[in-house]
Amino acid sequence: MDGVQKDIVARLQQDILRLQGQRPANDPLAGKVELGPVLDAFPQQVFPTGAVHEYISGSPAATAATSGFIASILGSLMQNGGSCVWIGPEKIIFPPGLKAFGIEPDRVLFIHLKKEKDICWAMETALQVEGLAGVVSELPDLNFTVSRRLQLAVEKSGVTGFVLRQQPRKLHPTACVGRWQISSLASYHPDEMPGIGFPCWNVELQKIRGGKPGSWQLVWMDGHFLALPDTSLISSQTLLRKIG
Amino acid sequence: MKRLMAIWFPHLLAEGMLRRRPHLKDTLFVVAASDHGRMRITAACPAAQKQGIFVGMAVADARALVANVQVLDDEPQLPLQLLTGLGHWCIRYTPVAATDLPDGLLLDISGCAHLWGGEEKYAADIQNRLKGFGYTTRIAIAGTIGAAWALTRYGKQPIAVASFDEERAALLSLPPAALRLKLVTVERLQKLGLYTIGHFINMGRSILRRRFGTGLLDRMDQAFGWKDEPLIPLQPIEPFRERLPCLEPIVTRSGIEIALQQLLNALCERLVKEGKGIRKAVFKTYRVDGEAQQIEIGTHLPSQQPIHLFKLFELKIDQIAPALGIELFVLEALNVEKARSSQEALWHNSTVNDTRLAQLLDQLTGKLGKGIVHRYLPEEHYWPERSFREAKELGEQPTTTWHKDRPRPVRLLSVPEPVEVAAPIPDYPPMHFRHKGKLHTIKKADGPERIEQEWWLQEGEHRDYYIVEDEIGERYWLFRLGHYTGDNPHQWYLHGFFS
Repeated sequence: MDGVQKDIVARLQQDILRLQGQRPANDPLAGKVELGPVLDAFPQQVFPTGAVHEYISGSPAATAATSGFIASILGSLMQNGGSCVWIGPEKIIFPPGLKAFGIEPDRVLFIHLKKEKDICWAMETALQVEGLAGVVSELPDLNFTVSRRLQLAVEKSGVTGFVLRQQPRKLHPTACVGRWQISSLASYHPDEMPGIGFPCWNVELQKIRGGKPGSWQLVWMDGHFLALPDTSLISSQTLLRKIG
Repeated sequence: MKRLMAIWFPHLLAEGMLRRRPHLKDTLFVVAASDHGRMRITAACPAAQKQGIFVGMAVADARALVANVQVLDDEPQLPLQLLTGLGHWCIRYTPVAATDLPDGLLLDISGCAHLWGGEEKYAADIQNRLKGFGYTTRIAIAGTIGAAWALTRYGKQPIAVASFDEERAALLSLPPAALRLKLVTVERLQKLGLYTIGHFINMGRSILRRRFGTGLLDRMDQAFGWKDEPLIPLQPIEPFRERLPCLEPIVTRSGIEIALQQLLNALCERLVKEGKGIRKAVFKTYRVDGEAQQIEIGTHLPSQQPIHLFKLFELKIDQIAPALGIELFVLEALNVEKARSSQEALWHNSTVNDTRLAQLLDQLTGKLGKGIVHRYLPEEHYWPERSFREAKELGEQPTTTWHKDRPRPVRLLSVPEPVEVAAPIPDYPPMHFRHKGKLHTIKKADGPERIEQEWWLQEGEHRDYYIVEDEIGERYWLFRLGHYTGDNPHQWYLHGFFS
């Protein structure tokens, strides 16, 4: 394929993305989210902002890992002083814990709602507000109609939406741009120090519109995502205790 | 020039009773209260009065006149209750209404009557409406409270409208009792042959004062407008209020919406001029059948934007049942604050427009109820539950910084859950723990981080926190409560989940 054809293909791909409701790569927030090796999976190597992503998790601990992953993305989206909305059924997010992911916890508005229907409505309303860095909602079940409504809301406003689905009853196809599953991996420390190191996750991108799904092992270190070096997978089996 | 209206309900108690007990419509009844050991009539229905029963008669005498008369117990608070209700109802005609015990209402109607096409029509409208409710009334409009009061009680027509000149002439021909005097004074005046106000109005003031006291002079001055008489309105006048009376009763939702929009536009125009914004507003509708309904909204930041306020009200318009139609809309700002200038940002260098954010929160709380939105600020405490507090206001800034020197979980259980733990020696991290029936073998651990109770805030034992990681890499925050004593096993709890 020579240069001219490549250009044409690239342009056509852009056009298709735009028709599918995704924003072109010149968005101010685009390129802020650095996901290390995961970026190769996205169209144009840019995390799709202004879209709705869904995250599946099975257990409370996996939900915590997912919350951390979402918080790290939100942290980079909030770098230039945005605020975000976190909608959930109860008070469970620990605001001081968000600080480690680059979020100023006082810029997060928590909305506690019990009914799923109310959560859907609140999320849709919040996604219509231009300028919000992101809207997260903890909603186990998401059907196609609701996801389509959320997608339509973000196409207008350009807000990024995250739906955290803890123990979903059924996995229907949805209109979300990506489906993720995050699970914890043993923590990593580059110098093999005892105790807990940097958090590691197995990030599985099961579905991505216009991109290539895949699975990565990442470590969250000093505010960045890095690929997990293979050596750390052979962790010492003995119980280690940090000398305090 | 002030114009005042007095409404007299000659049969207030009897008609009020009848309105409450419609089944008495065709029976003769009297209201009686015990007085010095016998039942004395305090009110009688018009039919009973025709039979010769009058107020003040003993019940036994009334029974002798009409055998089947029904006697109801008097309720001393009833006149005040009835008048207050009627006074509130009159607010549709004028914002200033006051009760005049025992059986009247006083309204300040300055500048209101022209909306109904003149004072006669205005008074006739009120009288007809009250008649519809079952009340007989006599109404007078005059320049002073005293004159209006006198004309209702002692005038000849059921509706008397006295202009400034007529008022004086009309008063002169009335008996002295029309001046709201004490019974003793009235009797003394009569004994002296002073049968009308005209007889003594031109007498010297010092003579009148010496013989009848200052009460007479005061009442005279008030009636003729030489002395001001204040009116205590039932409802203090709300400064930010708009009214929209309708020619035809409104029954449709779109009609209500149009009315609301008009009122909001008018109110917001005024608010913009004064640099204020609404925090709380109420929209009231008065129905043809006398029913009043209202919907209330609140905002997170003072707002003066009609479109946003309309959206908040729109969510609640369903609660209004127009039934036969709404004839008056009132929009009132209950709580008004200085509007923030658009330059003042909620958060320094924020990408989102705070007005838009506040509007979102208003929408959410308006539909889903208050108390669902929370924002947290840091507090200088190590105890996890106390390390943050809820922000009172949307614009409140943190007074301290968020600490990140200690690892903290991203999800925290509001109540720590007890877990079963096996630890090799007392102050070692556990080897494994069981939570909700699932065994987690611990591979890595950090700790302990001891957090003491702040005894000046709460009594209790300290916690030793450990961060632990199980065999599949999930990280938990566990703590052991209190000191090791050797005899009883420790209680361990799971408090949070690390990401």
